[in-house]
Amino acid sequence: MTTEAVIETCRLTKSYGRHEAVRELNLSVPAGGITAFLGKNGAGKSTTIKMLLGMIAPTSGEGVMLGTRIGELENHRDCLRRVAYVAENMALYRYMTVEQMIRFARSFYPDWRESVAAELLHVYSLPLDRKIKSLSKGMRTKLVLLLAFARNPELLILDEPSEGLDPVAHEHLLQTLVTRSAEGVSIFVSSHQIAEIERIADHVCVLDRGALVLHASLDELRQFYRRIDMVFARAPREEEFRVPGVERIQIEDNQATIFTRWNTEEILERAKKLNAISVQVQAIGLREIFLETVKER
Amino acid sequence: MFFKLNPAGGQALYLQLMQQIRHAAETGVLRDGSQLPSVRVLAERLVVSPNTIVKAYRELEHEGLLDLRQGAGAFVTVKRRTRSLTDQVQDARRRIRGLIDELRVEGLQSDEILRAFEAELLFPAGSGKRG
Repeated sequence: MTTEAVIETCRLTKSYGRHEAVRELNLSVPAGGITAFLGKNGAGKSTTIKMLLGMIAPTSGEGVMLGTRIGELENHRDCLRRVAYVAENMALYRYMTVEQMIRFARSFYPDWRESVAAELLHVYSLPLDRKIKSLSKGMRTKLVLLLAFARNPELLILDEPSEGLDPVAHEHLLQTLVTRSAEGVSIFVSSHQIAEIERIADHVCVLDRGALVLHASLDELRQFYRRIDMVFARAPREEEFRVPGVERIQIEDNQATIFTRWNTEEILERAKKLNAISVQVQAIGLREIFLETVKER
Repeated sequence: MFFKLNPAGGQALYLQLMQQIRHAAETGVLRDGSQLPSVRVLAERLVVSPNTIVKAYRELEHEGLLDLRQGAGAFVTVKRRTRSLTDQVQDARRRIRGLIDELRVEGLQSDEILRAFEAELLFPAGSGKRG
């Protein structure tokens, strides 16, 4: 295992009876960057995060977070103090007011930054004297984000941090993540807002039915992933385009569409040999790549 | 300085940023000694990962177009080669403009001209190999 990873897992598995929520996961989250963690609902993202944080025990396999094995977190509480975590549907004390909740959280964290908390309180326009149970979903999300961002951790793990946020608040969230990253915090964020997270991520991991199906840098995806639409005089055969890198070949009459991870040049070469009437190469966004990757086959 | 990165543009963001900074230096928008925003400021402004800015700045330093001074920021260093390149690019644009005007007169639309340019750069007609 390398030292440049803040999270590294080896064949990490969690089973509930016969159902494998996470299967033999080999994950590596590099230090000093923003890593997006994507997957459909129920793909195993939250289960993975909870195992990393020691909240549930793996069935088999292992993991290391900030240099500490996840089975030994109990004896290394200092490791968890270097991690800030924003949970999906975070349980807050509903009877507390915003101010009480902030004061309560602050007492736990030696790395609490009062100036950041004050700034976010202002930006988010959170009402200090309102009870948490009377806050809207978006307001509650903002409060949870404030509690995490006011800290100064080495690693920030966010599980679906944008529930109920309006576009303005969401843009601010992205900016805050960029700022934290510039301060040297490593960020691991799961989200369904793919087009948004695509803008700021360095790396992406896609989980599908508990298994890792894609692990790549965004630079790589942008440079090499292509969709190629071709028209021929007569229907081409699928075999003609089976070259390394090709993810999917779709042929309808005399048209062919190919999704490829790399090797676009080779496909264009073949299209030329087959006298393609028209060839169009298009870059594909993360959203389309995601949908292609998790498609039922 | 205004930069605009396109996340769906089919090109790594740091390469897009490098091109835009290079272009700004070639067209004279950025001059010798001009200071670029810090990594953090530019990352926040463009809402991209700070690593994108770091990578672009480092590559441009390697190319000799930027001077990165610890703690002070990034400064443009336009050398003579860049200046003559500036003139060359300006001249090329004048000639291309002339050609585009001619093609328009002949009835071609902007997107048709663009596709023809792209096709010719990708598959130069007559050369057996791709450029």
